[in-house]
Amino acid sequence: MNEKSFGGAAHGSYRSYTLGFILALVLTVIPFILVMTAALPVTALLVTIGAFALVQIGVHLVFFLHLSRSSEQRWNIVVFAYTLIVLAILVGASVWIMYHLNYNMMP
Amino acid sequence: MSGEPSNVRAGAEGDTSSIRLFGFWVYIMSDCVLFATLFVTFAVLHASYAGGPTAKQIFELPGVLLETMFLLTSSFTYGLATLAMRRGARGELLAWLAITAVLGASFVGLELSEFRRLVLEGNGPQRSAFLSAFFTLVATHGLHVSCGLLWMIVLIGQIARKGLSRTMSSRVMTLSLFWHFLDIVWICLFTFVYLAGVV
Repeated sequence: MNEKSFGGAAHGSYRSYTLGFILALVLTVIPFILVMTAALPVTALLVTIGAFALVQIGVHLVFFLHLSRSSEQRWNIVVFAYTLIVLAILVGASVWIMYHLNYNMMP
Repeated sequence: MSGEPSNVRAGAEGDTSSIRLFGFWVYIMSDCVLFATLFVTFAVLHASYAGGPTAKQIFELPGVLLETMFLLTSSFTYGLATLAMRRGARGELLAWLAITAVLGASFVGLELSEFRRLVLEGNGPQRSAFLSAFFTLVATHGLHVSCGLLWMIVLIGQIARKGLSRTMSSRVMTLSLFWHFLDIVWICLFTFVYLAGVV
């Protein structure tokens, strides 16, 4: 069974999975502790946990899903990038519209 | 775009499996959009309590942390399963898959007990728009995990009976994408629903 038979999907190693797991654990526990102890002011706390989530998503994509810029995966990346654009429009625009709606409809 | 997409390049063995994986990746990306719409719905309704309880009053973070640990560890053990598969170690693969399934089932169990607690306290999905959006979002993820579990159990049975063929290894890799993806969705869930709700 050679690596080629798995297409562009996975090229993980024991080391990459362990490293990814440890990073993910740290990136999970820290925001939980921060929120449980209310260590920061509200806005700073929200920004911090959001940043931790983004970093952890990156860790999962790289270490668990093995997304890379190799030529084998080019089309995976193209679809992924397109999805990111759709998500940005969907989430950003909807939230923007609804909050302005709330604001403008206030009595 | 120069040349053909590598995923579709004909010739070498195993190409159908990489096409299948690519197709499944496209499905996962569309699933992302589904979850994004539910997240947006929750974002819009997250403060529509209708006189009911607020997020801060009903979320219990220690339980959520435990759920997160189960799911995160299951992603890791699934990774170990794929490594065992690549070495051709069928027994080891089955063992890691079984451990992953147990961890996944523990996650679903914890989530169900949380839902049960909320409903018994009178804070079911019909209590307020916030709770409707919360239940829809979290239960959709839980349903995905449950489907993944069912798939995993069937796969364990197939590999145990029929051995580790090329078809089976392709299925293991497909489920791997699905399982890791669900973990990523959960990161967004515990951060933007649970943690942000309690802040």
